[in-house]
Amino acid sequence: MQAVQPAPSADDIQSLIEQHLHLEGPLLPILHSIQETFGHVPQAAIPLVADALNISKAEVHGVMSFYHDLRDAPAGRHVVRICRAEACQAAGADAVSAAALDRLGLDWHGTTPNGSVTVEPVYCLGLCACAPAAMIDDRLHGRVDAARMQDLLKEVGA
Amino acid sequence: MRIFVPRDAAARALGADAVAEAVAVEARRRDIPVEIVRNGTRGMIWLEPLVEVETAAGRTAFGPVREADVAGLFDADFGSHPLALGPVEEIPFFAKQTRLTFARCGLIDPLSLEEYEAHGGLAGLRRALTMDAAGIVAEVTESGLRGRGGAGFPTGIKWNTVLGARAEQKYIVCNADEGDSGTFADRMIMEGDPFSLIEGMAIAGLGVGATKGYVYLRSEYPDAIEVMQAAILVAREAGVLGGSVLGSGRAFDMEVRVGAGAYICGEETSLLNSLEGKRGVVRAKPPLPALEGLFGRPTVVNNVISLATVPVIFEKGASHYRDFGLGRSRGTIPIQIAGNVRYGGLFETAFGMTLGKLVEEIGGGTASGRPVRAVQVGGPLGAYFPVEKFDTPFGYEEFDGQGGLIGHAGIVVFDDTVDMLRMARFAMEFCAVESCGKCTPCRIGSVRGIETIDRIGRGDAAAIEILTDLCETMKEGSLCALGGFAPYPVMSALQHFPEDFTTSHKEAAE
Repeated sequence: MQAVQPAPSADDIQSLIEQHLHLEGPLLPILHSIQETFGHVPQAAIPLVADALNISKAEVHGVMSFYHDLRDAPAGRHVVRICRAEACQAAGADAVSAAALDRLGLDWHGTTPNGSVTVEPVYCLGLCACAPAAMIDDRLHGRVDAARMQDLLKEVGA
Repeated sequence: MRIFVPRDAAARALGADAVAEAVAVEARRRDIPVEIVRNGTRGMIWLEPLVEVETAAGRTAFGPVREADVAGLFDADFGSHPLALGPVEEIPFFAKQTRLTFARCGLIDPLSLEEYEAHGGLAGLRRALTMDAAGIVAEVTESGLRGRGGAGFPTGIKWNTVLGARAEQKYIVCNADEGDSGTFADRMIMEGDPFSLIEGMAIAGLGVGATKGYVYLRSEYPDAIEVMQAAILVAREAGVLGGSVLGSGRAFDMEVRVGAGAYICGEETSLLNSLEGKRGVVRAKPPLPALEGLFGRPTVVNNVISLATVPVIFEKGASHYRDFGLGRSRGTIPIQIAGNVRYGGLFETAFGMTLGKLVEEIGGGTASGRPVRAVQVGGPLGAYFPVEKFDTPFGYEEFDGQGGLIGHAGIVVFDDTVDMLRMARFAMEFCAVESCGKCTPCRIGSVRGIETIDRIGRGDAAAIEILTDLCETMKEGSLCALGGFAPYPVMSALQHFPEDFTTSHKEAAE
């Protein structure tokens, strides 16, 4: 899902918007579908979405900036999410995150210079009984110790 | 031969897909006809991937199975093997449970409506269709069911308010934004028995006169999203959902809406704003969502487990459900035992078991083998309990009386290496990251809380009084439970583990 995408055209965006206009409260489904298609919600989409829903650009921007999932720029080719919540902390997640950030040379939300990996914190993946947990792109991993994290990072080219 | 390999997210995170693939390959290689069923999990996560085989004597289990174990299981003809666990129902962790809400979870193919019906599914909905709206709501009230999301508000009373409201359109909204660390009951039932939630929402719709339902499901649960969406399609095709529910002529339909990574959207008014396509900012109450909820219309907002428990209440009767429990906490509660624990998983039982029994006996103590020092009950906004309070029975009032809350019934176990000042700091940090920003005590208080805890960590004992005062302000002055309950973990850590707040602590790294 993080593959490099060609710049989206206004027509492409418009057609995604129109697919969701029949829904009640269509804004989040529209933004999700744009992000799913292009890896992020490009700036060019904001006025188109605002126009289609008859709301202001500021309102669309307000929603964009509120939700952690929505991004206005592409992420790295792979997104590594490491759970920082209490159950994972109890099972040693802090050491796993520290080792991962150290290896990547990044802080949270950072992307490696070669564009291969973006690392993000996540607060609970529901894998609390097999902690520590991580999600790499769409795949979940349980009982991730520091060594396992190193292997997983190697697999995504970091 | 039927072989069950769970498709639950936790099982998959531990390698269940590779195991299922290996079973298929091995069966082909040996020319053995095998039907692989991707069931939900039975909830014994430390045994996942838990593979079950149907035999003449019932289902027998093996676990935890790795890909490399599969050939050996075939060699042993799924009989005597080091990973053999015998019948699932006889594993002590399972045998000690009372499974009402989770009776079918892990037992059936989650997307087979036939298997769902064969195990009691739709009986509740059929019974509800013979009752009038007031009768349906009364049944829920009589069952004593209280909101399983955390607030513990009586479900029947909420439904009655919506029933009494007059409007062209009413809604059933299922809160599936299960963001509390240590909880996974919602995820587990949506992945393992999605029709129970669909049936519960349909009954709720009939009860209050709502024809449309939404499941607001967090984006961190991709498997649950996939299973719920598939189950809704199956239910619609079979006429369980749609213009005429089970041919009754009464309409109810529903859809899944995916969240976008905001913890606050688990708060009901923030969730409603999010569903409407707005920032997930908390609304002041009143007006109650029951009267002015989604798009300003009367709306039932219930947690997944509350709604998924409704079918069994109608199937077996309100009194059957009510007869389980303790005090004003009626029925069963799916307790999720997590963190640093030996036997982590979901344990459904009648209210009333003590915290100590759940942690030490059912959970088997810590996974690290070190002594238990603290457990956090009820998610990131729940209190930390020391071992001295392990005699507290699991119930809403009982936990409240001990300065805690059961929340969504997650228990996170910590061993004696935990630094409680650090956990208190984390609670404030989490509140600062996830605050919606609407009210000052939460938005600013959480940031000041981090700074004040850091002062204490540097040895400034005078800051303890400031922290206490700040927590009081957040508790009394916040608009919702995020700012209002963040003081629970902070103050309980301070009260029960003062030694961690006296010695000089290094400022926790951020």
